[in-house]
Amino acid sequence: MFSETIELRGHIIDSLILPKVLDQILTHGGNFKITEVQIGRKRADQSFARIEVSTETGEALDELILRLRQQGAEVMERANAQVAPAPADGVFPPEFYVTTNQQTFVRFDGKEIEVTPGIINSAIAVDRRKGSARAVKFFDVKKGDEIVVGHQGIRVVPVQRATTHTDPFQFINNIVDAEEPKSAIIREIAEELRRARGAGGRIALVAGPAIVRTGAGGHLVRLIEGGYIDRLFAGNAFAAYDVERALFGTSLGLNPDVAIARGGHENQLRAINAIRGGGGIATAVREKVLTSGVMHASVRHDVDIVLIGAIGDEGPLPGVTTDVIECEKILRDKLRDVTHVILLATLRYSLAIGAFLANNVKTVCVDIDPSAVERAVERQPLQSIGLVTDIEPFLRELADCLAS
Amino acid sequence: MRELLLCPPDYYGIEYEINPWMSLARGAETAIVQEQWKQLHATLSKLCKVHLITPQPRLPDMVFTANAGLTVGRKFIPSNFRHKERAGEQPFFAKWMEQHGYEVEWLPEKLYFEGEGDALFGGDVLFCGYKFRSDIQSHRAIAEMLGCLAISVELVDPRFYHLDTCFCPLPDGGGFWFPDAFDEYGQRAIREHMTDLIDVAPEEAMHFSCNAVVIDRDIVLPEGAPNLVTKLQGRGYRCHELPMSEFIKAGGACKCLTMFMPQRQAVE
Repeated sequence: MFSETIELRGHIIDSLILPKVLDQILTHGGNFKITEVQIGRKRADQSFARIEVSTETGEALDELILRLRQQGAEVMERANAQVAPAPADGVFPPEFYVTTNQQTFVRFDGKEIEVTPGIINSAIAVDRRKGSARAVKFFDVKKGDEIVVGHQGIRVVPVQRATTHTDPFQFINNIVDAEEPKSAIIREIAEELRRARGAGGRIALVAGPAIVRTGAGGHLVRLIEGGYIDRLFAGNAFAAYDVERALFGTSLGLNPDVAIARGGHENQLRAINAIRGGGGIATAVREKVLTSGVMHASVRHDVDIVLIGAIGDEGPLPGVTTDVIECEKILRDKLRDVTHVILLATLRYSLAIGAFLANNVKTVCVDIDPSAVERAVERQPLQSIGLVTDIEPFLRELADCLAS
Repeated sequence: MRELLLCPPDYYGIEYEINPWMSLARGAETAIVQEQWKQLHATLSKLCKVHLITPQPRLPDMVFTANAGLTVGRKFIPSNFRHKERAGEQPFFAKWMEQHGYEVEWLPEKLYFEGEGDALFGGDVLFCGYKFRSDIQSHRAIAEMLGCLAISVELVDPRFYHLDTCFCPLPDGGGFWFPDAFDEYGQRAIREHMTDLIDVAPEEAMHFSCNAVVIDRDIVLPEGAPNLVTKLQGRGYRCHELPMSEFIKAGGACKCLTMFMPQRQAVE
């Protein structure tokens, strides 16, 4: 995206210069945002308008600005962003700019460069030779990297509310409470997932262990079999419970099919041991040791599995990344192309993942804890839906909607 | 009595090409030039007081005094010519006006503005043409200097490169014009600020019919626009049709050859 700010002065209303300029911007493929207008009150009073003009390419912008200059538009001089070198590996220079998760542009030599990926709480490293700008975490920065400092030359573009259609993700009150009806919104979510799958979107699902423990694993398997999940993010516990359920019928010793079940705690360790001994989840599926459950369905349907470890994990299972910095790098890379994220019953991973989501990623968060839902959706305004509910009925209804 | 500034065509001729009408291969006939200009001078002299500025060698277009500048009350705003071929006229006009008691107020040098050629009052509104010769930014400056409403209209046909070649306001609030010389926005802006506009047909507009000098109920215009003349007569105007062929070869006619002193006494 390339942009300039222009100013128009004079009798621009009576002469129809303002509408002409706006029409010209649109007919030449540009967009505009009027940032200030002052209309003259008396007949001889002149008017003023400040307009931000943007186009897809730099050439289109140059051509458009040339036309607008003929109509009296004056282009405002805009300052370039300032940079300073990183003083050491993993250290930003003082006064470094901290990103939001909104679309951000930095200006150099009169051109704007979009910061990618659009992740929150990062600094911006600039490679002027390549004409690129990227959001970097501490672990990403190397001594001498050019880092943006101050606020000059930075433009942030918040997500706009859609004006042309009704988008359930853009409701002002985007959390559906425990006492509120959920079927209609679940149908909308199903419809959105269907649209995303058809349009080549990438859907990520972040799964908490409650999915398996409440017996909702089978519903998630239906989603995977329907091709609605491209990438599965989970912790060691989720995978371990799922494998335990597949191998022994229990998860953390409980059998969801039996009304009151107790005991069998050691099943979890036995399941983990079996997978460790068998060379990992994929191998266990291939060798038909693991023949059901979410992990099995994911391997069979080529879902990209991302397992992240934590303190207190048993095992862990092979394939679980336990290095924290390594985990962050994986999350950043694996979330880069994601268009939709479903966060299910896991506050800790939901928040960790939220830190790497661009502002235009559509997010659904479901948890039985209202504060968990609130915290997960607040970072994605106008792009998220939160539901306060038990995970099992949600997944069941969603899977039913998608199957029908 | 209205006053006009004219410049005898002693050095007039087609010596360069700065508009689609001019062709070095099609020069003006000196004898006919003199005859046509004298006829214009004589006609106007009966209707108002005519002043003459001394023509200068190597400034063939100085004869087109409408482009000298814009006069309102005792204030004269000299032109900043776009083409270097005409830029030399500016000091002679400014000096002459100053010597005749006008207060000369200059526009910023970087803004092109070609005087009454691109700035005509219709009532209290100053209609200003832009793109080929004048810059739209000059209109804003002039509106500020005069404290008036300036309606900027974009000219889109290079044959009608000045506003006075395609637009002529009348004292009754109406006017006549060649709409196709303006873009759609300019046409709308003019229609919104003027009543009773007479559209001039293309074949009559090509005879520079809109390039007319209006003095109360008398209109001095080039011959070749019988339909327009009939309509103007129907509205009670006396039309004086003059041969202008030799000046049209340079892209000018009756109005281009005259500048009002002043065009308006005061702006309300």
